[in-house]
Parts: sequence; structure tokens; C-alpha cells
Amino acid sequence: MYNEPHPLEVRVLTRRFGLPNSRSIDTYLTHEGYQAIHKALTQMTPEQVIEEVKSSGLRGRGGAGFPAGLKWSFVPRDSPKPKYIVVNADESEPGTCKDRLLIENDPHQLIEGVLIAARAVDAHAGYIYVRGEYRYLIDILDRAIEEAYARGYLGDNILGTGYKFHLYTHTGAGAYECGEESALLESLEGKRGIPRIRPPFPAVVGAFKCPTVLNNVETYCAAPWILLKGGHAYADLGTPKNGGTRLFCLSGHVNQPGVYELPMGFPLRRMIEEVGGGVPNGKKVKAVIPGGSSCPLLTADQIDVPMDFDSLQKIGSMLGSGGVVVMDEDTCMVQVALRIMRFYAHESCGWCIPCREGTTWLRQLLLRFHSGGGVATDIDLIGDLAQNMLGKTFCPLGDAAAMPTISIVKKFRQEFEDHLNGKPCPYEGRL
Amino acid sequence: MPDLVKLTIDGHEVEAPAGTLVINAARQAGIEVPAFCYYDGLTLQAACRMCVVEVEKAPKLLTACTLPVAPGMVVRTETPQVAAARKGMLEFLLTNHPLDCPVCDKGGECELQDMVFRYGAGESRYLEEKIHEEEKQWSPVVYFDMPRCILCFRCVRICDEGMGVKALGVVNRGAHSEIAPNMGDHLECDECGMCIDICPVGALTSGAYRYQTRPWEMQYVGTTCTHCGDGCKTTLSVRNGKVIRGNNRDRSGINGEFLCIKGRYGFDFLHHADRLTTPLVRRNGELAPATWKDAISAVAFRLKDAHDKSERIGILGSTRTTNEENFYLQRFARERLGTHHIDHHRSGDVAALLEAVAGRPQALARTADVYTAGAVLVVGVDLSQQHPMLAFQARANVRHHNARVYVVNPEPTREEDRAVEVVRGRGVEGVAQIREKLAGEANLVVLFGDHVQGDDVRRLVEMLPATARYVALVDYANSRGALDLGLAPDLLPGYVPDPEPGMGRDEMLAAAGRGELEVLWVVGANPLEDGSEERAFPNTFLVVQELFLTETARQADVVFPAAASYEKTGSFTNTCGELQRLKKGPNTSGPKSDLEILGLIARQMGFELAPPLPEAVFEEIRRAVPGYQIDYAAFLTGGAAMTTPPTAPLAGRGRAATIRSSRDSLFQSGTLGRYCGALHAVREKDHVEVRV
Repeated sequence: MYNEPHPLEVRVLTRRFGLPNSRSIDTYLTHEGYQAIHKALTQMTPEQVIEEVKSSGLRGRGGAGFPAGLKWSFVPRDSPKPKYIVVNADESEPGTCKDRLLIENDPHQLIEGVLIAARAVDAHAGYIYVRGEYRYLIDILDRAIEEAYARGYLGDNILGTGYKFHLYTHTGAGAYECGEESALLESLEGKRGIPRIRPPFPAVVGAFKCPTVLNNVETYCAAPWILLKGGHAYADLGTPKNGGTRLFCLSGHVNQPGVYELPMGFPLRRMIEEVGGGVPNGKKVKAVIPGGSSCPLLTADQIDVPMDFDSLQKIGSMLGSGGVVVMDEDTCMVQVALRIMRFYAHESCGWCIPCREGTTWLRQLLLRFHSGGGVATDIDLIGDLAQNMLGKTFCPLGDAAAMPTISIVKKFRQEFEDHLNGKPCPYEGRL
Repeated sequence: MPDLVKLTIDGHEVEAPAGTLVINAARQAGIEVPAFCYYDGLTLQAACRMCVVEVEKAPKLLTACTLPVAPGMVVRTETPQVAAARKGMLEFLLTNHPLDCPVCDKGGECELQDMVFRYGAGESRYLEEKIHEEEKQWSPVVYFDMPRCILCFRCVRICDEGMGVKALGVVNRGAHSEIAPNMGDHLECDECGMCIDICPVGALTSGAYRYQTRPWEMQYVGTTCTHCGDGCKTTLSVRNGKVIRGNNRDRSGINGEFLCIKGRYGFDFLHHADRLTTPLVRRNGELAPATWKDAISAVAFRLKDAHDKSERIGILGSTRTTNEENFYLQRFARERLGTHHIDHHRSGDVAALLEAVAGRPQALARTADVYTAGAVLVVGVDLSQQHPMLAFQARANVRHHNARVYVVNPEPTREEDRAVEVVRGRGVEGVAQIREKLAGEANLVVLFGDHVQGDDVRRLVEMLPATARYVALVDYANSRGALDLGLAPDLLPGYVPDPEPGMGRDEMLAAAGRGELEVLWVVGANPLEDGSEERAFPNTFLVVQELFLTETARQADVVFPAAASYEKTGSFTNTCGELQRLKKGPNTSGPKSDLEILGLIARQMGFELAPPLPEAVFEEIRRAVPGYQIDYAAFLTGGAAMTTPPTAPLAGRGRAATIRSSRDSLFQSGTLGRYCGALHAVREKDHVEVRV
């Protein structure tokens, strides 16, 4: 399903959404499809492809925001090993649902993006790693891949240039952890989805111990447009150092939730009020998760912020994966903390101590606290335990669990006080 | 040698080779960085987060176990921030830990206890319910108590990387993550117990040890394993005269932490109910208990009687008596009884190897070479079953140094998993098939079993590069020492040809069967193991020194109860020719050491031999036996001292009529194995006795 486009949207990656048969290769071809890879293979050197992507200011759309062109340039050119392109379609960050739309509505755009990355690093095989819960996307992708093979956009002789590239789909078994790039690679290799020690990074030692480009679906999907219209054109869509557009997944207490493609740096308040149509029933915003559940929450007085990586970092949060969750004034923030922690305790892989034990302890503690069993020392304990996890876990999952918790305790301490001494949750039944 | 990197750790200037991990650089500088999951030699885990340190200019704490040294790096291992982080980790670890230290076997030697003692909090802030799982028994010797487990994954890694067995893994995730055995609810594996030994807490406990003692109530005796020829160092834990545990937790000796099931659990034969405790003398056709005095007199009388016809005394020695006993026995035989009929059961052709590498003593490999060589060739042996420690070293060599393994064996073996070339063939003919590939191996160690013997050893050596080094594999703890010390009809100690060669084992047994021997004296061997109930030597006076009433002892005229090697002082020489020390674990009340028994008989006969004390005989060996002028300091401090047997033409001497390995599996160990409850308990149907 795709929501109606909003007039404020800047449709770059989603420009073919809503076209009849938008998934089919014919629709794709009649709308600039596979022109970028043709250009990359026939008119550009790999170095030029990387330069173009660098100049676009495209930053990783998975959450960390690492410059994509730079990442591609880390792949050692002289390596005697095969190189791989891996697509992270393990979209699992709560509040995020954009990659599935990109695949559902325009799978060929992803395939072309992958081909461009392959050209940039001279790779000849790639894998699309799809999260277990998105199994239905595999059929869509396999169908598109089949079409691409049939038309010569995949295979041993792409567009008659002699360039060879084979693309495969691979499904996970349903673990948030497998969205972490090194755990994804372990899972792709058929092992338990546990993160790897880094360095070495996947660009040097990735899939099957070979150099690997690993990016989010949305990142790859931006590449065809960048090559067609130029990196600078893409950069100009956004703010400095934050090139292009972004698919924001607006959810929670807004009148028109949905996935909206907006320029980087679009103000959060306008996103909520104009794009999302404001909070239902005229209620006030209490808090916003700006980029998926891993990000420190913003309070109502922090929402005058441009939605780009650097601006959010400046106010102590993150742009993350683009999952914007709005909470109104009747939301119980203790319950929010509990809900978030239930997710992370369930998804912790169990590898390292602080995440494994910390998330479960916090889940139990918050559950007891929220249901009226809290004691005064618990409030500091919650913050303390999250601090003991922060920066000490093996992979970012522990940080992802700690950061929102710390921010909630810090910014909404009064709500915790209100839950103390056997009192029922003051927000019970108000939503 | 990689470049040295200079860095500062806790204010000390430290130098370490490039690539060294900070945790090791600190340890080398005498600074201990605590860790649960980091374990030397295994892959990095970085899961326990205890080794976090502060590094200048780093935005957050870093794990010392994954951090390579860098020039100018400034590391602080004990700061308030670091201590707080460790305290936090321990608090997390204890949340679901049962804190049942008072009834936990690990109490007193638990790394978690020690760590909490050092960094932990005095009180708990945990008010929630603990996750609990019932204890599980995975095998007769392996118990798993999930709540105690801290998930350091040491067990998983040692089983996979160290043992090549991969019997352990992880199931579930998050706080419900749990170590699980390969068969779901039980283990099918080597039952080596490495997982138990390596466990830092009481999660994995040993069925042979649990709930018997506190660790501080035991005495620890470092000695050498009594089972196979590899010669692992083992620490016996003794309480009230009883051995309760065997392990090598201090990772000393040639085996490091390695012990197989036999080394770890195969000591319970010591306390078996069938153990002989008094001498037995045959009266009116039946063996009956007798005093030591009577039994000694009876033997001395018959030996003296036969002495005048010395060609009619035959002696069979043991593959598990000490070097001192072997040396004393052959002197007794040759110098006092005047017989040259002396031998033992031979399982590998060491003599042929010494001849084949004549003039090149450096061609004899030692245990450490199996770990460092560029390539290892295994011929005609199931190394993981018969020589598990050498197999462990070879696997470590592949893991750490990318060594190339070549296997020549008619049947599949575990070594094939890591091999670059496998030949399903036999002996020298099999090796010939990969001769060209082996020609390029400049640093090759060759381990060969009894498929290569006699002239084939010379052919093998001629076929392989001149730089290759060899081990002729032999079965038991002192098989090598038996030959080295002259328990051979044609070789004196130190491979000096005997000018008057006597009868070998097979000839002696045949002669005794025909009644041509007056006395057959068997010291710690069981030549009639496969024989019938009928008396094999009706007209020969049979003397047996043994731990148990074996098939041979049952037919004896006099049986002396002998002490086991764990109850003795002395030395063993392992299959590679390394000399190691035996220290006495428990005292014995009935049995006496073979050396003492020999001494008593000698005294009764009025022979003046050196005093039957291990130390005195060892001094004589060092003086008199070529090749045994060893590094005394290494030997005395519990290390392995390489012997240097003469490599010279032996003019065909030392060639036994029969050289045959017993091909014991991990669950067998000759006579001793039959009395090891632990080995029987875990022996499964697929581990049937195979005899070739």
C-alpha cells in the first residue's frame, strides 16, 4: 500500500510510485529505467561513478549516515578476491517501513542501484538480504530479477558490454540484529546472526571474507537518479553535507501517517503539522522519536529542527532510519520506555553481557515500575543501568536500547515520579 | 620478527611486536587486564566486556582483547571509569546468576567469584525474578547448569576450534541464550572434558568430580599421564589418599590445557575394587594371598634355581613402568640373572627410524614441532583417537599458522577435515602418491604409526625432503622409554647393540608355551590377554607384577601387586622422546612400586645392584645411557627434556618380529582402560573395539 502523495513531497526515489504496474520492467524502462547503468557501463569509469556519488552527498539511509561514495571507495581495487554487493533489506527499526515500499513499488530501481555500485567497485555478484518478516518481498524481487535477466540487465553480458553481474535474494529468519551489517553477513553466510569484531570493515573483509559493499535499500535506490541527473543536482535537493531527499516514515499520533519523500533538512514541525496533518483531536505533541526507536526522544520544544543528520546530532539525537514517531500529550512515557525496552530485550542477540542482561533487566524493571510496583530508587537505577550499557556493548544494539531510555528518564522524570508508591499509571485509559 | 611498537600502559613504557593485542601487551608487562571470554589461542569473542580500558583520544572505552597495539598509544587499565564499567558488567552478570556459591563445585576457583571479589558491588540492586532452568546432564561426565553460565563461549570455541568436534553451540537469544549440545539433549563427542575445564564458572561440571570436595581441601600433584604415548602433563587432585580430579588448568607442560578423556577422568582404576593389594602365591593349584616375604622368597628361589641355566629365564617388561624401573630390570636381567631374553610389546618402529635418519639427530621431531611446522604428514594412524594431544597440536598449528596437513590412512580420520591432501592408502605406498607435493615442504613433520615399519621407514625417509622431521608413534605412556632403556633382546639402553642378543617377545612366549623356559617374569604386561582359560605355560614358573588379576596374572605362580604410575616417582619418555617427570600422587597401602619389588627380589637373592630408589637409578641413567644427558633443569621443573638417542646404523638390531599398535580409541587404554569406570560410562556403541 502506498499513501497518496503530499504536495510538499519531492519525489525522486518514489517518482514511479503509483504508476500502473510500477513493479514491471516495462514501466521502469519507459520511465528512465536502466539508463543510469547504461551510462555507467558505457560512458563512465568506476572512479567517475564513485566521484559522482561522492558529490551527491548521499549518506547511508540505514541509520548511521555514512557517506556512500566514501564507503564504496574503501573497497580495495587490487584485491584478488571477488567483490560482493549486499543490500540490507532487513528493515527492522521500529517506526521504519520505507524499504518495503521501495521494493514493493519499484524493485528495478533497487536492482539498477545495485548494478551501479557493482560497476563502481567491479563486483560481479550481489545479494539482497530481506528480513524474515518481509518474506513476501522475495517473490517481488525474484520476479524483477528474472525480468532483468531476460532483458539483459543481469547476467554474463549486461547490455552487450561484457559486464557480468548476478544477483540473488536471501531471507533472514527474523532478527533485528541481522540489520547490523556484520551480523547480516554472518546470517547471509548461513551462520547465527551475531555481529563481527570490526575492524576489519565489510569493505575489506565482508561477505565470505571478501571485499563487500553493504548499503541500505534506499541508499542504492538513490544511485540511478544521481548518475542520470548528476551528483550536484541531488546534493542541491538537501542541505549542505546532507544531500538529496529522504523517505520519512511518519507514524504515531498524526492525522495522516505515511511514508513521505521530503528533502533532507525538512523541518520536523512542518512534517508533523503540514505533511502529517497535525495531531488528532487537536492534542499537543509530547514527544517525537525522530529516526526509529534507537534515537533519543525529542520533547515538544525540540521539534523546530531541520531533519538532517547533523542538525539532529546537534540537539543530541539522530536522524537514524527515518522512522518519525509522534506521541501526543496523553502518552505515558514510562510505557513508551517499556515498549521500547521490550523490543530490545526480545531482539538482543545474547552475545555480549551488557546488552543481553541489561535489556532484560530494564524490561522487567520498567514493567514492574509501570504497573505500580516502583520504588523511589528505581528511577535513578533505570538511568544508571542504561548508562552502564551505553558505549560498552559489542554492537550498536545496546546503545540503541540505552539512548532512548536515558533520554526518557532525563526528559520526563516527573512522569516516573508520578508512577511511584503503588499509584496506577496516571495516563491509563487516556489514549 | 615483526616491528616492535612502543606504547604506554598505566604509565609504563611497553614494547610489543606489531599486531599484539593490548590485553597481551599488558600481561607481558605484568599488568593484568581481567577477562572472561578472552582465551589465548582461541578466536576473539569480545563478548564479556570486562577487559575495557581507557585509551587516550578514544571517545569511549575500548576492549583490550580486540585492540592491537599502536605506536604512542596511551592505555589506562585501572581508572575510576574502567572500574565502574567492570562493576556494571558484573552486576549485569549476577542478575540471572543463582549465587549458589556455597554448593557450587567451582567455589574457590571460580573466575566470576574472583572478579566480583575484585570489582563487584557489595550489594545487589536486582529486584526482579531470575531466569531459571533446571540443570541438565549431557553425558556421564558433563553436566550443565544454565543459570550459572555467563556465556563466554569458551566451551563452544574449544570444542570447535581446539577439538574439531563442534559438539556445542548456542540456542535461543538474548537473556535466554543457552549453550546446547549437538544431539539436542545429550552430547556425542570425545568426552574430553575440555569444555568443563575451560569453563570459568560452575556452569559445566564434571560427573567424575562434582559434589565431592572443595578445591582447597585437595593436594595438587603435577605428574605425567599414564595412558597414551603423547605424555601430557596432568595435575592430580588428591584428597585423603584418593585421586578426585585430573586436569591441567595451569596450562603447563607440552600439552597446554589439553587433556583427553583418559587424562582427565582415567584415574579411577587406582581405586577400583579389583585392585590387587597383597601378593598371591599358587598353592595346590590355586592363587592364594601370601605375605610379601613368602612371595619374594618363592620368586628368588626359583630365579636362583634357574640362574644356572640362564638361557631359560625370560623377561617381559611393560610399556607403563618408569624408565628407572626399566633400566633396573634390564640390569637385573643381563648383569645378575645373565639372561638376554628381555623384551616388551612394541607398537612403533623407533629403532628403524633411528637407523633411517643415521647421523641426523635433528630429524627427530618433538611435540612443539607439531605446532610450529609448516606442514604435518600423518601416516597410518587415527591421530585424534590414538594420539589426541598431537592431534590437538596439529589443529592448533592449522588454526594459528595455516599449516598444511597431509593424511595417508586407509580409513577416514578427523585430520582429513583440515587436510590439504588426503590419500586413502596405506603406509609408504600411500605417501608415494603425494610425493611430489611433499617435496616442496621445507618444514615438514611426519607422524607415522605401525603401517610404516622395518625397511619401509628407510623408504619413507628417502622419499621425503631431507629437512623433514619424524616421530615414530608408539602406544603407551612409556612405550618409548621401554625401548630407550633396553627392554629389548638385542639392544642395551641407549640403542647400544647387545653383543649377545636374546629371544624376543614372540619367541619367549612360544618357548614358554613349549615349556622351554624355566621362569617367565612379566612386569606390567598382559601377553595372554587374548588367550584362553587353559594354562598357556604349564611347565614354566610364571611371575607377574600387576595392578589387577589380568588374564596373565590369573595363570601366574606368583603375583605381586604393583603400584600405578600415579603412585610413583620416576620418569617417562613420550613418543617424541621427551623425558618428563612422574610425581607420586596418592600413597599405596598394599601395592609396591615395581622398582621396590625388583629391589626386594634382588636383595633376597643377594645381588648388589644400585639402591632401588628412583632418584639413584635416574642418576645412573643420566650417567650411563646415551641420549639421556638431558636438560636437567627443564626436567626438574616439570618440563619436557628432549632426549638425544644416537642415530646410527644398528646392524639390523632392534627389529622386533612383531610391531603392532593396539589402536586404542579415546575410550580404551589397554588393561587400565578396562578398569576405568569413566571410560566405560561414556563408551558408546559406535566406539567398538577395533583390533587390527
